Amino acid sequence: MSATATPPRPGQGRPGSAPESGDVQATSGKPVVWKTPVLLTALGLVAFIFFGLMGPGQTAKFGISTGGDFFQLPALEVPAMSGGIVLSILMLGLAAYAVYLKTKARPAPPWLTIAFTVLFVAAFLIWVVGGARTPSISLAGLIAGSVTLAVPLVFGSLSGVLCERAGVVNIAIEGQLLGGAFTAAMVASLTQNPFVGLLAAAVAGAVVSMVLAAFSIKYLVNQIIVGVVLNVLVSGVTGFLFSTVMQADKEKFNSPPGLDIIEIPVLSSIPIIGPILFKQSLVGYLMYVAVVVVWVGLFKTKWGLRVRAVGEHPQAADTMGINVNATRFWNVTLGGAIAGIGGSFFTLVAIDSFTKEISGGRGFIAIAALIFGRWNPIGAFFAALLFGFADNLQSIVTIIGTPVPSQFMAMLPYLVTVLAVAGLVGRSRPPAASGIPYVKG
Amino acid sequence: MPEERHPKHADQHAKPPEPSPAAEETAAVVAVDTAGGAISPSAVPATAQSGKLPGGPDTLVRKIFTGSGMVSVLAVLLALFIGGLLIASTDKQVGTTSSYLFARPADFLSAVWNAATRSYIALFQGAVFNPRGSGLAVQFAPLMETLTIATPLITAGLGVALAFRAGLFNIGAQGQIIMAGILAAWVGFALHLPLGLHLVLVLLAGIIGGALWGGMVGLLKARTGAHEVILTIMFNYIALYFLRYLLNTPAFQRPGETNPISPILDPTAVYPQIFGSQYRLHLGFVLAIAATVLVWWLLNRSTVGFEFRAVGANPKAALTAGINVSRSTILVMAIAGALAGMSGVAQVAGTEKVLTDGVAATYGFDAITVALLGRSTPWGTFAAGLLFGAFRAGAVQMQIQTGTPIDIVLVVQSLIVLFIAAPPLVRAVFGLNPRRKKPARAGKSQQAATTGGAA
Repeated sequence: MSATATPPRPGQGRPGSAPESGDVQATSGKPVVWKTPVLLTALGLVAFIFFGLMGPGQTAKFGISTGGDFFQLPALEVPAMSGGIVLSILMLGLAAYAVYLKTKARPAPPWLTIAFTVLFVAAFLIWVVGGARTPSISLAGLIAGSVTLAVPLVFGSLSGVLCERAGVVNIAIEGQLLGGAFTAAMVASLTQNPFVGLLAAAVAGAVVSMVLAAFSIKYLVNQIIVGVVLNVLVSGVTGFLFSTVMQADKEKFNSPPGLDIIEIPVLSSIPIIGPILFKQSLVGYLMYVAVVVVWVGLFKTKWGLRVRAVGEHPQAADTMGINVNATRFWNVTLGGAIAGIGGSFFTLVAIDSFTKEISGGRGFIAIAALIFGRWNPIGAFFAALLFGFADNLQSIVTIIGTPVPSQFMAMLPYLVTVLAVAGLVGRSRPPAASGIPYVKG
Repeated sequence: MPEERHPKHADQHAKPPEPSPAAEETAAVVAVDTAGGAISPSAVPATAQSGKLPGGPDTLVRKIFTGSGMVSVLAVLLALFIGGLLIASTDKQVGTTSSYLFARPADFLSAVWNAATRSYIALFQGAVFNPRGSGLAVQFAPLMETLTIATPLITAGLGVALAFRAGLFNIGAQGQIIMAGILAAWVGFALHLPLGLHLVLVLLAGIIGGALWGGMVGLLKARTGAHEVILTIMFNYIALYFLRYLLNTPAFQRPGETNPISPILDPTAVYPQIFGSQYRLHLGFVLAIAATVLVWWLLNRSTVGFEFRAVGANPKAALTAGINVSRSTILVMAIAGALAGMSGVAQVAGTEKVLTDGVAATYGFDAITVALLGRSTPWGTFAAGLLFGAFRAGAVQMQIQTGTPIDIVLVVQSLIVLFIAAPPLVRAVFGLNPRRKKPARAGKSQQAATTGGAA
């Protein structure tokens, strides 16, 4: 309808450019490519050789129950080498199935990649623990720790999902986390109330996001540039205020009261699941709520349909009467608020004060989780868990003493992401209009 | 549902939005830049590269006051002003005078002025000229320090700028500097070669290290379509952890040292100091000038550079014109990596003379702002590198003299880039937005000119 009012993007000065916006998507619908089966086979072989044949001779022991649980499960004991062989043969089986599917010109289904990832992680874990000086870890502790470390990542990647689904690339997640962490510490210290701090963190994240939105939507500045620069800006402002204001009077400005761990009786003593789901801080519970709400919102509501339309084909959305730029602006703002809450985790839950660069690059891992999770809130959640797991494993590995240098464990999320964007996740495709500003013709 | 939306639409028809001149101008810029929304915008708007603004007559006065050069200057001023406000807001004197603000506003204003200018004067004295020094040599020592710090900024900035011109976001200068530093440092301390040859090999090793790390991103992008922003961010971290790992191995760790630090590079492997041993300024700065000339020649006079710019302006058109876009992507990332690699060499063989895990400091990230401030032109990047080098060098003195934290430089730097990226905002702040005289038709013909200018 408004197509008559707005002829197809006039004034571009490039004849024939208008229809092109349609075929950009067409290129992503390529026929099934070899890279996924090949990559899976290669990883399966690596697992077979290193985790299986060259696997350590010890038996890896995984404690499942902790003392407080209301029923005890025996510890899981796996002979490392045979465990590695069995798991890697399963992986090779999956890889072979992917190759078979490829010969029938069908893509590997998502469950295949997920199952492969789970098997690979399990084999890796057995290999690491089996090769350690003390080949025994608490699985419950490992998983609970991973969830804790994943909390800011989940919030960050949800922010990314909301922004990118609406067509705005959010590289500023790091800045939103950092801004949230700083504001939470500052406000909670001043008011002596962690809940006000939490709220302030959301506002701070939203403010950072609004700058991103204003510059990318109103002034049409390249979104990646704004994001990169905003990270520097927030780092500079928080660093400056930390050195001047917070350092001058730590008691007053940088001693926020923390958010307590809320333990739900009975449920929290279920082995493994209990501590993950029912023994979290308020921010931790909010994380689960946020994942579900964002997922339902994006995929099951009219609002979500509109947001996704704006991110995929803004011109069509505009024609349908959706205000593209307003949708983008408020989505980006909402995303920032969510990332801000994630940032408050650093200063209100994890550590009880703010330090410079407290977010330590987790905003970038959140972007990685977002891509690994294919721009889907649930996917991003599990990807963030995986990265939190790698982060946690890194510290555990140094304690139990394994042959793997901890630096390589720290490198893992980034390597996985490179593999992911290079093909392991199959056709991981961002929303079509992500990063392209929309100008009504 | 249609019934529900109907009134909204009628409303839209009733009062068609009157585009403001600024909005119209930005719309035209974006249209040029994204080929009408068909492709992602290139890293640096085509219009910014050619320095022409679509729309409006190009009278001399208008050129001076609204041209990109003026916007850059105003952006710097605006950023310094906001930075000054931030400094003043945390100043004690300002705090006391603000308590009786309404009684004596002049006190407050002079306190604000004093706080900001004191810091900036200290910054200037630390960056360019220190009048309290004894003798000219000491007085100009800050300038030499500025040039020293500018050296890695310039070369890494050139790498980022070159990639920008080819439409690629090279966020990975940090990782490229690290990889170059690793290789160059190893050649520098593990091999013992004669004078001259040793330094050449160190330089080559660094360049190759950076080129490989950058070229790998180009290869992955060209082969798999993975986005270079994600790849380069990830590669930065991989390089950093790899470096940390190496510094804990016997091959790289200094014997008898528990800290992660390498042996000192051989005297034959380090850059000679240009103006004697009293200044840290080394040969790397001369090489940075040479690199700037080289990149200028590459971009403006060579076929390869033409292809880079064509791919950057519109990859589809470039492909249609018979340019090998994959090859261009790989090559430009490799060259960008090589340039960042020169920064790595400047660090290990010039300024630091050892390899630590802080070898890249934040040069790789600063390089992005340098390239943006320089509008991705070689000499613009060179000038921006000098400016940010001055900020960095001066900030150290500023912190010592006035207690203003170094972080203020980050704030000013990032604000400068933000403002430069949004010329309409800067012009609006200074009331310089072009009056709405010529309708869209004039804009159209200008656009054709700018696209032509960019390609």
